[in-house]
Order: sequence, then structure tokens, then C-alpha cells
Amino acid sequence: MAEIRLQDLWKRYGADVMAVRGINLDIEHNEFVALVGPSGCGKTTTLRMIAGLEDITGGQIQVGDRVVNDVPPRDRDIAMVFQNYALYPHMSVYGNMSFGLRLRKTDKAEIDRRVMSAAEILNIGELLERRPGQLSGGQRQRVAMGRAIVRDPQVFLFDEPLSNLDAKLRVQMRTEIKKIHQRVKTTVVYVTHDQVEAMTLADRIVVMNHGVIEQVGSPDEMYNNPQTRFVASFIGSPAMNFIDCGIEQTGAGLAIRLSDQVALGVPTDRTDRYAPYVGKDMIFGIRPEHLTEHRPHAEETTQDLQIQVEVLEPMGMDTMVFFDIDGTEVCGRSEPRSVSDVGEAMTLSVNMDRMHLIDPSTDMVV
Amino acid sequence: MATASEVEGGVRNTSPGVRSFLRRNLGPDTDGYLFVLPSIVMVLCLIVYPFGLAVYFSMSDAFIGEPMEFIGLENFVYIFEEDDIFLLVIRNTILFAVISVVCKVVLGLLCALLLQRITHLKRFLRGAMLLPFVAPTALTTLGWWLILDPTYSHINWILQNTFPFTLFEIRDYQFLGEPTLALGSVIFVNIWRGLPFFIITILAGLMSIPDHLYEAADIDGASTWQKFWKITLPLLKPVLAIIILFSTIFTLADFNIVYVLTRGGPMNETHLFATYSFTLGILNHEVGLGAAISLFLFPMMVLFVIFLLRMVRRDSAYEL
Repeated sequence: MAEIRLQDLWKRYGADVMAVRGINLDIEHNEFVALVGPSGCGKTTTLRMIAGLEDITGGQIQVGDRVVNDVPPRDRDIAMVFQNYALYPHMSVYGNMSFGLRLRKTDKAEIDRRVMSAAEILNIGELLERRPGQLSGGQRQRVAMGRAIVRDPQVFLFDEPLSNLDAKLRVQMRTEIKKIHQRVKTTVVYVTHDQVEAMTLADRIVVMNHGVIEQVGSPDEMYNNPQTRFVASFIGSPAMNFIDCGIEQTGAGLAIRLSDQVALGVPTDRTDRYAPYVGKDMIFGIRPEHLTEHRPHAEETTQDLQIQVEVLEPMGMDTMVFFDIDGTEVCGRSEPRSVSDVGEAMTLSVNMDRMHLIDPSTDMVV
Repeated sequence: MATASEVEGGVRNTSPGVRSFLRRNLGPDTDGYLFVLPSIVMVLCLIVYPFGLAVYFSMSDAFIGEPMEFIGLENFVYIFEEDDIFLLVIRNTILFAVISVVCKVVLGLLCALLLQRITHLKRFLRGAMLLPFVAPTALTTLGWWLILDPTYSHINWILQNTFPFTLFEIRDYQFLGEPTLALGSVIFVNIWRGLPFFIITILAGLMSIPDHLYEAADIDGASTWQKFWKITLPLLKPVLAIIILFSTIFTLADFNIVYVLTRGGPMNETHLFATYSFTLGILNHEVGLGAAISLFLFPMMVLFVIFLLRMVRRDSAYEL
């Protein structure tokens, strides 16, 4: 069993740089957890502390039943895949993959068996005699994973493993990693700044910002129910639109006032939730995919929005429609054949069931 | 409008002179040859010509002030069959080169590893480390000559007047007067002078090894010692090969240190090829013999250089 428990984990560099500020996180056995966040949010530092490559300033790290705060990396029974692969340039692929086992004085036949098995999983059997310098980026990535797999560790740590690959290869390797995790079941902590990677790979996502955890949840929860403005803006591509708004009482219901001309009715099931914010300055959040071409609708949660198209970005399957609401640029996502030309008026449908209301004083979604 | 190839063809056909001559014979990139021309002229005048002259002298009975005659390989036969000092010179040179290069590699590696770990006064110490290398050899060797001198030797004074050495009643060492001590002393001074070059070059090599390789090795389970043997040393091999190559060449051809400290003495026990060749050729006026001795090492050096360069090329076939 290899759960990982981080309790009140702190990391300080020098006198005043706080990289990680008291985070708590439980990662279950065989779970695939992605730590995601912008540069400098503390995700890689957290991973390196789990690996034992960074000392911890405070708190506790537990791997399995052991507290590993002072255990050196080699005794933590973990394997790590580095961003730049960190393959030993003077050793062959076989040498790289077997290095850890050779250091542990594993039997030669056993080393052979494990390397061959990992090479088969990763489809790198014919590369075993080559040196890393003779491999492509994708092949190096596989070797780096192979080196981790042969060790059969309790925990796999991935530090932005795909960020050095080109876009096409990244998508391909993402699928590979998912397949490998399904085949080689083990606990995985995966650091990335790419929310798409996190969404597609992880059982649970941990969004970090400024050294703290903003939210932990499944990809679905992260996308549909972000708890903070940061998570709402970070998860999803293209990013969620944020528009300054006010909440108005309209008879029995509430309306979101986006500009003098534009107001959208709040779904009745949210009226009680939003009632305390009437009269306050709030932020209206809606994803581009919930601002679509006009669709005939009967339910009250879908409402029409008149806009003037400013920019069109055809993506093939969809066309992104950019327009302005009271000085804020807003993006919608439309079926390509339904868009108006630039400069012309267009009616969009707003799915108010998928809206988010953010209190700017706390940046929390209410 | 004329195409580029027509214009180029026009230039080729119409412009006479060096450039078009070179272009015809050496291909289109003639500028490179023109840029290296001054160096080629210098090498021809200052290296190739004296080398050719030395080869010619070595096969003659040249003696300063007397007419010269071609005598074939007689000089070489003479130094092999009849010159007892020459065998001593070979022994001295091998001892001198092997001991000092080995010590420089080991100590250089040790010091570079220590310097890499130092965080305070890093720049000062790295700069200070270079002092023996940048100071003029003749000057610093004179300093060592004073330190090792039997009358003024600081070392003897320390050994005889400071505790705990006073307990052992140590005698006056003739550092430059006893054969073994004299050879040891010149080797020591050579190490002292050459060590900074090793330290700085190895340090640069160490710093070019990415940290993440050590981190990967940490996670793979390597101890500090295993990281040194399995990561540091193999990745330093190209750098080590190059500095061993350079150092061996310079050490084998060393002249200053021996000439200032011992002049080859006592009883020729510290003569190297360079000093012995100078003694015979210039001081004794036997230019032919001196040239033959100085050339003796050449074929061995060529083989050594080819061997080391091949090794470097093979081991540098990876990227960090």
C-alpha cells in the first residue's frame, strides 16, 4: 500500500521566499493525482519534497506507513521522471534502465527480465543498445519512464514530463502514460502546468497557487464546480470569461446586470444562494462553451444575448466569437456555420445553469 | 534581370587575382583561407622551419664554429649506445611526467570537488587558486629555489626549529643536492605550478554536469561514492583526457623549472630531454647531438596524442 500523506507541509527558501505554505493532502493507493498551477506555485517543490530532493521546512510527509521526512531519496522506494528526462548520457538505454537495479545488486537475470518487460510495455525493445543522444525526444521520454517502471516502486513521481515535447507528441505520450498507468497500477503524483494534461490524466487534480492548495477534486468537479476565481480561470481552455456585474432584484427573481443594456435572469434554483449579494459588485463567470450560437429553447435557464462580433477565430470544429460587454472582451464558442461576419450583430444563447458568481472581495465562487 | 548564378559566374570569369585563383582551387569559401593565412605563415616560420632545421641538424655533426657534415643517423646511434646520461634522461623524464601528471589529476580532482562545494569566498578562492599558474614560471621557481636552498631553506628551518618536528632531530636536507630529493623537488614544483590548470579545468567540467543527473542517481539509489564513480568520473573523462594530453606534452617538454632549480644536477639526476638537449646543443656547442635528443621524443608524442584524441572523440559522442 502506498498512500502519500502531506501534513502541514512548508518550504521556505532563504529568509523570506515561501514556496509551499502549510499544505495538507492525502493521496490514495494507486491514485493518479495531478498537481497543477502556474509557474512558481509550489507544485514542483512539493513533488521534490516527496522525492526527498528538497528538505522540508516544516510538516510531515508520509509514504505508506513511514514518515519519510529524513529518509534519503534512495530509501523512499519512489521513482521519478524528470522534465528533461535526466538520462545518463554515457550509458546505453539498457544501462540507464538497469542502473537502479544494478546499484541494488539485483540478480542479473532479474534485471534482464525487468528491463525487457518494461521495454516491451514502452515499445523501446530495439533501442536498448543506443545512447540517449541517439534518441528522439519521445524515445527519451519512454526511456525515462522505463527507468522508473523497472524499479517497480511504490510511488511514481512525474515532473512536467511532457513539456519538452512538441504538441503532437505530447498528446500521443499523454495517452501512453494513461495506458501505462492502467497497466502498471501504482500511486502517481504528476506535476504539470498544463491543465489539459491534468484533466485528461488524473483521477484527482490539485490546483496550487502561491504555495497553497486552491482546490482538490476530480477533473469533473474542477471544471463544473470551481471554488475560487483562480481555479475557474485556470481550468478549462479557452479560459472562463469574467465580467464585472451587479445583482438586481426583478420581481420574485434575480438578474445579473452586465451593462446598462444587458441583464440576464438568474435561474430560480440559485435565487436564494445569490440573494445576499443583491446590490453588491460581483463577477459573472461563464465559459465560452456556454455562450453558443442561438439555439431554440424552452427552458428559462437558456437566455439570448445580443452582441456585435469583433473577432472570429475559426478552430475547425467550432469558431470562437469575441465581442465586447461594457469594455470587457468576452469569448463565445459557436458552431462555424452559425456565426455572423465581423462587425455584424449576432444572437448568442447563454446557458445560465452553468454560470458562476464570484465575490471579488474574497475571490471565492458563491 | 540577371540571376544570382549569372552574377556569380560573371565575377568568377572576370575578376583576376588571388581571390579568384583560390576560388578556382579551393571552392567558393575562400575568405576562411585568407583569415588563417597569417597563422599559417607564422606556423611555417616559427615551427615548421625550426623543426625542419632541427631534423637536419640531428643528422649532422654540427658543432658551433665548425663546418657541418651530413652523418645520417649516427647521432641517434651514439646517444643510444654510448651516452649513459641519455638513459638517465629517459628515466627522469618518464618519472617526472608520470608522477606529476598522476598527482595533478588526483589532486586536481580532489581540489575541484572541494571548490565546487564551497559557498563562501568562492570567487576569491577560485581566483587565488590560479596564482601559481599566472605568475611567471622563472620567477616563482626562483622562489622555490630559495625555499629549497640548503643554506636558506625555510623547510629545513621549520623542521629543525618548530614543534613537534624538533622531537625528531631532523637533519639538514639537501633538497636540490641529493639525487632523489632533487628529482622529487622538481616534480613537486612542477605539480605546484600545473595544479591550478587541472583544478580550474576539472571544475569547469564538473559544473557542466547537470544537477538533475545526480538527482536521478539519488532516486535510483546511488551513494555519494557510487555517484562519483558512475556519473562524475565517466562524464569528466573527455575533459580529463584533454588536460592529461596537454599536461603531458608540457611536462615532457618542461625546461624552466629544472633549469632554474638544478640545471639538470646533481650528477645529471634531474636532466630532462629539454635541459639535456640545451646543455649539449647550446652549452657544449654540440648542436647535432642536442637536436637529436630533442627530436627523440617526437614519434612517441605523436602516438600518444593520436591515442588520446581518439579516446576523446569516442567518449564525447554524447550530449549533456
